[in-house]
Amino acid sequence: MTANPIIGVVVEHDGEDIKPVSFEVINAARKLADLTSGKVIVFCLGLKEEGAADFFIQKGADEVRFLDHPDLKNYIHENYGNALVQEFEKTPLDLLLLPATINGKELSAVLSARLGVGVATDCIAVSFLSGNEVEAVRPVSSGKALATVRFKGKKPHILTLRPNIFRGSEPSVKRVGEIFRTDILLPDFSMFAQELVKNVGTQLDITEARIVISGGLGMQGPENFKLLEELAEVLGGAVGASRPVVDNGWREYSNQVGQTGRTVSPDLYFACGISGSVQHLAGMASSRCIVAINTDPNAPIFSVADYGIIGDVLKVIPALTHEFRKTLTS
Amino acid sequence: MKIIVCVKQVLDTAAPIQVEGNRVVSPGSPRIINPYDEFAIEEAVRIKEKKPDTEITLLSLGPESFKDSIKKALAMGADKAVHFMDPKFDGLDSYALAGIFSHYLEKVPFDLILCGRQAVDVDMAQTGPVLATFLDLPFVTVVTGVEFSKDFKQAKITRQVEGGTEILELKLPLLLTCQKGLNEPRLPSLKGIMAAKKKEILTLSCADLGMEEGFFSMDDNRIVEANLSLPLERKKGIILKGSEEEISSDLVRLLREEEKII
Repeated sequence: MTANPIIGVVVEHDGEDIKPVSFEVINAARKLADLTSGKVIVFCLGLKEEGAADFFIQKGADEVRFLDHPDLKNYIHENYGNALVQEFEKTPLDLLLLPATINGKELSAVLSARLGVGVATDCIAVSFLSGNEVEAVRPVSSGKALATVRFKGKKPHILTLRPNIFRGSEPSVKRVGEIFRTDILLPDFSMFAQELVKNVGTQLDITEARIVISGGLGMQGPENFKLLEELAEVLGGAVGASRPVVDNGWREYSNQVGQTGRTVSPDLYFACGISGSVQHLAGMASSRCIVAINTDPNAPIFSVADYGIIGDVLKVIPALTHEFRKTLTS
Repeated sequence: MKIIVCVKQVLDTAAPIQVEGNRVVSPGSPRIINPYDEFAIEEAVRIKEKKPDTEITLLSLGPESFKDSIKKALAMGADKAVHFMDPKFDGLDSYALAGIFSHYLEKVPFDLILCGRQAVDVDMAQTGPVLATFLDLPFVTVVTGVEFSKDFKQAKITRQVEGGTEILELKLPLLLTCQKGLNEPRLPSLKGIMAAKKKEILTLSCADLGMEEGFFSMDDNRIVEANLSLPLERKKGIILKGSEEEISSDLVRLLREEEKII
């Protein structure tokens, strides 16, 4: 790698709060920079409040740049893309890291097309090789296989990082960094005919949750998912679902875990009454710890479970919720 | 209205896979239309049902075997297809693929481009938004709802984001990447299958496209796959036994003391 690479990070926020995955991305950038005497620049668009800057620096930023324009208040790919392309002309980057969220992946595509550079999405590992190359590992086919990819051509090389993988060091209050604020010029014309209606971030998303509790057909009906919601509340987790449950209309599609749904990598995954189809296993087998509860001892889900419970979820879950509540409040 | 739908053929999601060299193999497993592309095809056909003067053109880039999925999409109700097929196209990344589609579409009139939100094999989620950016076209990704104005000149779009949804209003022409929840894709009817046999599939090579020799070759890929491997097998787990209370107490202790998660 070029000596002293400049590594950019674009953080994601909802107008007020920074998405926690953004701190993971800064953490990953810091680790790469430490290995190469590099510099980490955090780009924060459309946020008036500067309170987060100290936290960005404590997490590893050397520089924080707030980019201002009234049209950057909400994320719109067109405006974010315009603002960042302008910034990168001023400060060429070697590497750009974004969260592998829906918007992060979208923005990575816009920047890729505008800058003529390569993108690897959903990376779970990033490293520098000797001699100018960046290598990343990313799941393909929802994690049925892992691809190691290398970048060629123009920079910045863009990577989006999967949530829950790059957590790490505690913030260091001793770190220092610089804070800049820049006014951005944007074209008056926008492709969007009207302002957005946003209804964002009210629920903890299953891709961002540390603990995911998913239910399958073994839950026997939509009404029983309240058992999982209670457990999720006690544990601060989010409730997911298998594909048949979503296809039955018991739960919303946005909660579906699996190859035609979402891929999750939480610290703890509960598979409740889920047999474990190939597609489901693809979407959750990279979780750190897996607990499976199923009446069928031959269910494929037990092949990936760290802890298996052979029994009726409708009886096991309330007992578990009770026990967690007791332990966590004592 | 002229609608373009981008279609990729992928390995059946139910298929277990093996890795040989740097390729995914799954001998004997069926190939299917990328599931998210099915939502795109279905949405186009539903528009045509409301607005019969609509013409739906499929774009697909891949080997001869992709004809299976192209024919199925025609049987679902698309009108014709353009199949980009050339050994020079093998192994292209999404940037290069979007480049070829954009090169073709520069000379073709359209009002709407529909893509899947990602292909379930490479999982990049790049082709749609990169294509739109190349064409300087407004776009919305991960779309779960579309409502057109009466004249089909404007659309109200619902998209999924983490933990919520967004609603946007845009003028056509535009590109959308389709997500599950948008519609329920139909199975081709017998009549549709018969009709598909007579529909045109135009095959275009690199030379037909008038692209410089090797312009989009693997040497121009921005992303190179260096290795492909299966994930590490998980260590064998343990089965907890006892009453519900005993199991719960054991599990909570294990998650706290051994796994240090709780």
